[in-house]
Amino acid sequence: MDMTQAIILTIMTAATPLLLAAIGELVVERSGVLNLGVEGMMIMGAVAAFAIAQLTGSAGLGAIGGLVAGMLFSLLFGFLTLTLVANQVATGLALTILGLGLSGMIGEAFIGLPGLKLAAVEIPLLSDIPFFGRILFAQDPIFYTSIVAVIGVSWFLFRSRAGLRLRAIGDNHSSAHALGIKVVRTRYLAVMFGGACAGLAGAHLSIVYTPQWVENMTAGRGWIALALVVFASWRPGRALIGAYLFGAVSIGQLFAQSRGIGIPSQLLSALPYLATIAVLVIISLNRRMTLINTPASLGKSFVPER
Amino acid sequence: MRIELKKRDGISTLFAILSPFVALGLTLIAGVILFIALGKDPVAALYSFFIEPLTEIWSLHELAIKAAPLILIAVGLSVCYRSNNWNIGAEGQFIIGAMAGSILPVVFHGWQSPLVLPLMIVFAMIGGAAYAAIPAFLKARLNTNEILTSLMLVYVAQLFLDWTVRGPWRNPEGFNFPETRNFHDYAVLPRIIETGKTHWGFGFALIAALVLWFIMRRTLKGFEITVLGQSARAGRFAGFSDKKMVYFAFLVSGALAGLAGLSEVSGSIGQLRPVISPGYGFTAIIVAFLGRLNPLGIVAAGLVLALTYLGGEAAQISIGITDKVTRLFQGLLLFFVLGCDTLIHYRIRLVFGAAQKGSAA
Repeated sequence: MDMTQAIILTIMTAATPLLLAAIGELVVERSGVLNLGVEGMMIMGAVAAFAIAQLTGSAGLGAIGGLVAGMLFSLLFGFLTLTLVANQVATGLALTILGLGLSGMIGEAFIGLPGLKLAAVEIPLLSDIPFFGRILFAQDPIFYTSIVAVIGVSWFLFRSRAGLRLRAIGDNHSSAHALGIKVVRTRYLAVMFGGACAGLAGAHLSIVYTPQWVENMTAGRGWIALALVVFASWRPGRALIGAYLFGAVSIGQLFAQSRGIGIPSQLLSALPYLATIAVLVIISLNRRMTLINTPASLGKSFVPER
Repeated sequence: MRIELKKRDGISTLFAILSPFVALGLTLIAGVILFIALGKDPVAALYSFFIEPLTEIWSLHELAIKAAPLILIAVGLSVCYRSNNWNIGAEGQFIIGAMAGSILPVVFHGWQSPLVLPLMIVFAMIGGAAYAAIPAFLKARLNTNEILTSLMLVYVAQLFLDWTVRGPWRNPEGFNFPETRNFHDYAVLPRIIETGKTHWGFGFALIAALVLWFIMRRTLKGFEITVLGQSARAGRFAGFSDKKMVYFAFLVSGALAGLAGLSEVSGSIGQLRPVISPGYGFTAIIVAFLGRLNPLGIVAAGLVLALTYLGGEAAQISIGITDKVTRLFQGLLLFFVLGCDTLIHYRIRLVFGAAQKGSAA
């Protein structure tokens, strides 16, 4: 494997959790729900995946465990915001605070243990393609899932009837309700999908990217994923591009740190966060495009009238 | 079984007062379940968590010291949240405020005069407000999402503090420890009473709460905050500017977070270190909601959340449970508060049996 391949591979590994979490949140926001708890669901996925991999000896079960944990955790958010119509912003923050606390407690027993790594799966024949084979077809299963998720979500949102309904709810939940679309049920499903994606993204961190448990190991990636959704103007393909750009920034700064090029390491570590701000600013410069793409009901509570 | 909500005609005054207490009660019940699950005696655990810190004079002082930054920050956040500005970066404003306030005792440590402390306070408030002005400017000018920008700036502030304390501001006589000089006597926030450790940070917190309570209740500005928060459109018809309100809310909360940061480093720590806050800026979000965004309620809520910090430390020593429980309790509390607030605006009905089919379905 040559140097270029190695660099591209590490960028893809860094980008995968961002992409997965962003795709999940994209569907949630398309249904008109703003779940700021991505960071919390992600860290729960990370700790659950690590713990289950340790206890069962199987990293594959760990990945599934992370997915389920994220999904169950998102139900808390769903119950509060969809059933009890609590404020979505505040509840999302609560989910993040709770997730960071709970994962810290669960993970205490696992600090310092060597983790299990989810093995790469080489796809026969395709992985033999020169250069691209190693990059695209000899990866871990979560990477494949992230790519399938992008394609699947694109198809679902823009080519399927159910996706059209989901977007209708996101744009005007009252009209959708009047048309007989199940607003609350659809939103529950969307929130659970978002939770599952965030949980799997967290699992990627603790059993693929750095197979170990460190408290707060998501380090703001959930928030970056939220920013990516805005950057992508709620389109899955653009989320893919955004996630890989961010992957490149974070790997680039790690690379620069290891080379010791005379820039303070703290400034380099701050780059992904500064880049997030820069990206948000650039996107909001084009106000018309943001207005057109933002789901009109985003963040607004819905109480069905009976 | 389903849960149905029915909008009340007005708001329920009863539940507006009760809901924080119901939430606290539910958190305690969750605590009992948690301690039983961990194999600890729940009575002993809850005693050492919530009662023991209140039995000694010195720990009451600790309570006031921990509550001070929480109240200061949360009072500012209540202005933001009431006016629908989601500043969640108070942790960063706290750090930048503390750093700006530390310029005099760290960089110009030779200048020792009674003027130093008042200037430090001014610098800290300007520093915090300036840092909060970044997301405010981006929101007012470009409509950039303030939640994400203010949060991202927290990470940047933490790294900036880390760099400063390890680099240019490191104590030259400090054996290479990553910390600044100790503040000289003129730079230390004095105690309120001689016999206890409580410093003026707590006094600032009470003053800030009273002033903002007055503004919210008795002035046109307070009315403007509420109106713009409920409907920016309605506010514009009344001649209020939602853009100016973005700046007002962020600058007030940033300045108060900066003041909190200064009180912490000058009153409690006495120098700058790579980490100066156990997440006060985030815990203050819970304080703001538990206090129902009312400055006086926030004073009480700040004391409650400060108790969870002390209780966590106490329980770790006396019954050997991890202090991570603190953050778990804090998160649960916010969840219950938000859930219980539903009761203020809605009646909740449990419907048993199959859902009735709507005609449009």
